[in-house]
Amino acid sequence: MATDTKAAEPVGMPQLDFATFPNQIFWLVVTLVVIYFVLSRIALPRIAAVLAERQGTISNDITAADELRLKAQEAERAYEKALSDARAEAQRIVAATKAEIKADLAAATARADAEISARAAEAEKQIAEIRENAMESVTIVARATAGELVAALGFQADEAAVTAAVDAKVKG
Amino acid sequence: MASDQATGGLQIHPMDQFIVKPLFGGDAIHWYTPTNVTLWMALAVVCVVLLLVIGTRGRALVPSRVQSIAELAYGFVYKMVEDVSGKDGVKYFPYIMTLFIFIVFANFLGLIPMAFTTTSHIAVTATMALAVFFFVTILGVVKNGIGFLSLFWISAAPLALRPILALIEVISYFVRPVSHSIRLAGNMMAGHAVIKVFAGFAGVLGVGAVFPLAAITAVYALEVLVSFIQAYVFAILTCVYLRDALHPHH
Repeated sequence: MATDTKAAEPVGMPQLDFATFPNQIFWLVVTLVVIYFVLSRIALPRIAAVLAERQGTISNDITAADELRLKAQEAERAYEKALSDARAEAQRIVAATKAEIKADLAAATARADAEISARAAEAEKQIAEIRENAMESVTIVARATAGELVAALGFQADEAAVTAAVDAKVKG
Repeated sequence: MASDQATGGLQIHPMDQFIVKPLFGGDAIHWYTPTNVTLWMALAVVCVVLLLVIGTRGRALVPSRVQSIAELAYGFVYKMVEDVSGKDGVKYFPYIMTLFIFIVFANFLGLIPMAFTTTSHIAVTATMALAVFFFVTILGVVKNGIGFLSLFWISAAPLALRPILALIEVISYFVRPVSHSIRLAGNMMAGHAVIKVFAGFAGVLGVGAVFPLAAITAVYALEVLVSFIQAYVFAILTCVYLRDALHPHH
């Protein structure tokens, strides 16, 4: 390998100066070996690991996102179900309350009606009583008046006769 | 890129930039002498370490810019090996990554003015091409035994044509390292030489130098593209050869 040549005269192409070939080839081999070891021992495994890790992270994230989406859909379904349940319950309560109120109202109405009719009967009785009393009073006053009139005319009034006459007139 | 325009007249030495020189004086170049080859290859190693080791030391889930570039480079080459060589070619991914990343950095470092382009030398590219050639040939024989020869026996062709095709296939197989290496070295050398020639014109044209300068800018832009594409081509051809070695049956 040991080549001992002068740095060639620059005639023609330096590429064809074979004296420099061993030197170039030697340094090329050194360079390539160094690069190969740097790449295969450090750089390539490291980059491969980083890329794999990134790929793993991305696919993990996508899986997680899918899971979360499913969960969200489930939650939405549950929410909607709860909502419709609550709505039905509310309607049921409304109907029940309405029925209760109606029943209460009917009972109250009936009670009020009964009271009203009872009071009306009472009132009618009182009115009848009052009318009766009034009749009696009229008869008494008429008797008295008739007696006084008879007396004023100068007759001795026969009380029994007056009474009978007045009664007959009043009933008349 | 300077220093070669002579004081008078049009003297351009576009090839001077490719001369291999000892780094610490003297003019003897032994095989172990540190030369500008050593320097620029070492810089390539430094760049590789900066990008792929220092750049990724954060191992961040959300990458920094440099880590992003490192990951892109990794993904780019990995996908290329997987797509072209197949699943069983992935085992050889570190070798192809080594070649690709070295060529990319050597090419781009060579674009720095006054730089030395290691990949413009046929000694360098031929060494890599021959290494690939012997590697895939030995791998093919070890993996497939005598069946590796079916690479040259195209069973899809009519029987009468097969011997002729086999001859052509054999020749093309052995020409592979030549085209593989000269393509890269030639592209690198030609681009740099053209830039140098235009620079030489610029030196003597005075005010008219704007035209060569514009041309240098254009060629430089093209060279940036070529630097990447040639590294890509070298790597993808390596993948193709690897596929042939792993699956020689057409």
